[in-house]
Amino acid sequence: MEDDAPVIYGLEFQARALTPQTAETDAIRFLVGTQSLKYDNQIHIIDFDDENNIINKNVLLHQAGEIWHISASPADRGVLATCYNRTSDSKVLTCAAVWRMPKELESGSHESPDDSSSTAQTLELLCHLDNTAHSNMACVVWEPMGDGKKIISLADNHILLWDLQESSSQAVLASSASLGGKGQLKFTSGRWSPHHNCTQVATANDTTLRGWDTRSMSQIYCIENAHGQLVRDLDFNPNKQYYLASCGDDCKVKFWDTRNVTEPVKTLEEHSHWVWNVRYNHSHDQLVLTGSSDSRVILSNMVSISSEPFGHLVDDDDISDQEDHRSEEKSKEPLQDNVIATYEEHEDSVYAVDWSSADPWLFASLSYDGRLVINRVPRALKYHILL
Amino acid sequence: MAAAAAAGPSPGSRPGDSPEGPEGEAPERRRKAHGMLKLYYGLSEGEAAGRPAGPDPLDPTDLNGAHFDPEVYLDKLRRECPLAQLMDSETDMVRQIRALDSDMQTLVYENYNKFISATDTIRKMKNDFRKMEDEMDRLATNMAVITDFSARISATLQDRHERITKLAGVHALLRKLQFLFELPSRLTKCVELGAYGQAVRYQGRAQAVLQQYQHLPSFRAIQDDCQVITARLAQQLRQRFREGGSGAPEQAECVELLLALGEPAEELCEEFLAHARGRLEEELRSLEAELGPSPPAPDVLEFTDHGGSGFVGGLCQVAAAYQELFAAQGPAGAERLAAFARELGSRYFALVERRLAQEQGGGDNSLLVRALDRFHRRLRAPGALLAAAGLAEAATEIVERVARERLGHHLQGLRAAFLGCLTDVRQALAAPRVAGKEGPGLAELLANVASSILSHIKASLAAVHLFTAKEVSFSNKPYFRGEFCSQGVREGLIVGFIRSMCQTAQSFCDSPGEKGGATPPALLLLLSRLCLDYETATISYILTLTDEQFLVQDQFPVTPVSTLCAEARETARRLLTHYVKVQGLVISQMLRKSVETRDWLSTLEPRNVRAVMKRVVEDTTAIDVQVGLLYEEGVRKAQSSDSSKRTFSVYSSSRQQGRYAPSYTPSAPMDTNLLSNIQKLFSERIDVFSPVEFNKVSVLTGIIKISLKTLLECVRLRTFGRFGLQQVQVDCHFLQLYLWRFVADEELVHLLLDEVVASAALRCPDPVPMEPSVVEVICERG
Repeated sequence: MEDDAPVIYGLEFQARALTPQTAETDAIRFLVGTQSLKYDNQIHIIDFDDENNIINKNVLLHQAGEIWHISASPADRGVLATCYNRTSDSKVLTCAAVWRMPKELESGSHESPDDSSSTAQTLELLCHLDNTAHSNMACVVWEPMGDGKKIISLADNHILLWDLQESSSQAVLASSASLGGKGQLKFTSGRWSPHHNCTQVATANDTTLRGWDTRSMSQIYCIENAHGQLVRDLDFNPNKQYYLASCGDDCKVKFWDTRNVTEPVKTLEEHSHWVWNVRYNHSHDQLVLTGSSDSRVILSNMVSISSEPFGHLVDDDDISDQEDHRSEEKSKEPLQDNVIATYEEHEDSVYAVDWSSADPWLFASLSYDGRLVINRVPRALKYHILL
Repeated sequence: MAAAAAAGPSPGSRPGDSPEGPEGEAPERRRKAHGMLKLYYGLSEGEAAGRPAGPDPLDPTDLNGAHFDPEVYLDKLRRECPLAQLMDSETDMVRQIRALDSDMQTLVYENYNKFISATDTIRKMKNDFRKMEDEMDRLATNMAVITDFSARISATLQDRHERITKLAGVHALLRKLQFLFELPSRLTKCVELGAYGQAVRYQGRAQAVLQQYQHLPSFRAIQDDCQVITARLAQQLRQRFREGGSGAPEQAECVELLLALGEPAEELCEEFLAHARGRLEEELRSLEAELGPSPPAPDVLEFTDHGGSGFVGGLCQVAAAYQELFAAQGPAGAERLAAFARELGSRYFALVERRLAQEQGGGDNSLLVRALDRFHRRLRAPGALLAAAGLAEAATEIVERVARERLGHHLQGLRAAFLGCLTDVRQALAAPRVAGKEGPGLAELLANVASSILSHIKASLAAVHLFTAKEVSFSNKPYFRGEFCSQGVREGLIVGFIRSMCQTAQSFCDSPGEKGGATPPALLLLLSRLCLDYETATISYILTLTDEQFLVQDQFPVTPVSTLCAEARETARRLLTHYVKVQGLVISQMLRKSVETRDWLSTLEPRNVRAVMKRVVEDTTAIDVQVGLLYEEGVRKAQSSDSSKRTFSVYSSSRQQGRYAPSYTPSAPMDTNLLSNIQKLFSERIDVFSPVEFNKVSVLTGIIKISLKTLLECVRLRTFGRFGLQQVQVDCHFLQLYLWRFVADEELVHLLLDEVVASAALRCPDPVPMEPSVVEVICERG
């Protein structure tokens, strides 16, 4: 099977926003939001048929404005949140809203898609995450393990925690905190930690990384000058609770232990321009994906700082009951960190990469010219990790 | 045979006749005659030796043979030869016979006179002998008479002679006895006078005799007296010895006398060494006093001189005297001396090392080397004398250690010098910035730094070279010939310094601040150039210099020039790349702030190029000048002839085919997108933070790439109004006008700026581009 070949899908518009459909665990499905100032913006629901290597798509209209950020509810397949621009008489406002997609699209269209015939359907607005005090939403993040009731949005220098009530039709501002300090402080990105009972959120502003406790909305750690220049994105290691990856305009990806904020645990410098996105694989945290405006996507194998520095020990124990200890011995030697692959299918800056929520060996990347590329982890590596 | 027979006396020989025939045949014939004589006297073997392959002498047909038989010969002739040959042989025979006859006659004439005179002589001899016989008889009788007389005299003198002999023996004995009897008083006198040597000699002479005759009471008395005196003598000698006031030679004399008196050598040994120790410790104490902090320490040369003359000289004397005196002691004695020398030697070395340690900081190598030389040279004498004590080895070791420390010191010095240079450069870079806009003479600074480092290196080499100078006594030790040169000087000092220089320079690349504020960019540039210069020339020059001066010649592997050069080049490359990043960042920040802080939607119609763009161009020009001071121009891509005149038209439709129409032309964004993608298909991917080459154009290209890419990314994050777009248009054209000249490939600038404008147009809900001519006018005015 030639299934290591990438699958490419083109959108008509520029696009920056990409998310897997988080609540979906069977089908491989990504949501992409477009950016167009002149036409109605869309959300493409990209279904990937792994067996046949076919992409099915459904288009939803997102008439509110161009989409800067998109995130899907972890609990309800039909619910998603976007940050979008609204231009009104020489003013640009970035707002955020929670939407519900039509029921029949929640689990993808099962009939054979026909692009020309399929008419675009519209999203149903559930609620705005607005209040007049705060505009310029940079991003929206859902509580990762929860029931899809809690959501955090970052607006300018405020971090806002919302409670969604009455089946998400109403958003109530539960608490908020803001950055004090001189100058125009602006959050660029944030992630919700899946550890500690989902009580921690990390944010990035300028060159600084900050951790927040959502219960008290107070800062718990702060990594000053985490990067030489602007921090673009961060992500939590899903299996190691204190580990955090960040990336930024200094072309570097840094790995942090939040208990020691003075030094990064590890630094990668593979990209030749700003790194816009960094993502841990959800189940095998040695796999780290980065996307950069040098038009490249790089998949790195950070074994030494992963939760499995010696390979799959648990599995080995299971196997060793029946089989010999060969595999166990083999996996005892520490593995080397390395770049697994550099993907060069994009021709413009890559602003978003993410792993599929259903298949841990599959990921998508999106470049500004609207090209979505779906790639797989190389088969050899996959078997190496599994066996 | 015929000739021999003819050699008789024959009358009528004429005395003037030549006895020989024609000259050529002469030796031949004579030899033949000899042969015949020999044959006659039965000496045939002599002839056999002379003529090994002669004709068979027994052949009866040989005319000259001893066994010639005329009958057989004739028979043979008649039988074998034809007539003609017979005739020939007949005439030949006749001729030969005639010749023989004449020969014979000649011989007879010749010898006749000789026979006559011989007969006369014999007759005269007979007369003379008769007279002589008479005289001999007379002599014999006289001799007999003399013998008789002599025997008589001897008999008469016999007993008198015996008596005289006996008397002489008695006399000698009496004198000996007298000596013995006088011995005590003599000894006493000697002791009183202090002539110990004399006394000991007397005692030695008398000792044996007294020992032998001690059963006689009189001798016993004398012996007792002598012993008493001798004991006193020994006492006194010891006294003198112990006082030790006098120098080593006198002590040695004392010991010698005591030994002669039969004192126990073991004990004397101990005592001798103890005394010597006292003296040498005195020396050591005085040396230590020189070391002490209170009086100003004399210079190291003086110190080693003192040590050399005082301690080492003393040690030599002691060792020499000891070996002379106690040679009989055998290996045990030698061992004792060696232990003694080792112990004192190590104390001396400790002192010397302390003194040398004080010298470590000082700069004067020649003095140090001279001091070490003297120290080493001095110790060679005791070293040879006392091989077992290992003094020479220990001294060599100290010298080696000092040499090593010296190398370390020089390496430190070089590093410090380098850092000092850097500090100077920093100050020089910082100072004029306040005074005026005139950039510091980077080339000058570079030359200063390079020459100052080189001179430091040369100075260090020269200083270290003193250790291997021919006239220095330790320079031919294996360490100084081999390891010192290759591992110490070449690897440790020179290679070590170059490496540390590279490291220091590299450390500027990853300064923790990362903001680039820590190191002035000019310094990065300067260091990069310095490293590059090292790579191209200086390293090989320095190493060649070192190799020449130190004749590195041993089996230790040394770092090849190419490795060092590669390291230097890598350092230079990293520094330059870092320089590009830092400068690119500075300009990027400017551009970014300018894009991010402006409200692009509500901006007014552009009338001017924004000040920040002018700033960018100014800064780029400044960087260009700065880099130009140190780096060569570099290669540009071939430019089209009108490139210098390229104006805004490149942005408009008049651009060459293949260029995509800029997106702000009123066309659908989809088309733009398509065109843009097609364009990208044909253009190469731009690596923004790519490694740079060592030339000005490459550096500037790197900086501009970084800046423009930043501009592009920032523009994409904003939304533009119509005038905002136009402002971007103006700004980009302005940049286009001024930046193309700095880069290797102006297409790159076009491409990036095109993309900026295209992105801005995409980010504009109302994209109405400005008229190219207006843009041009604005730019020209600005």
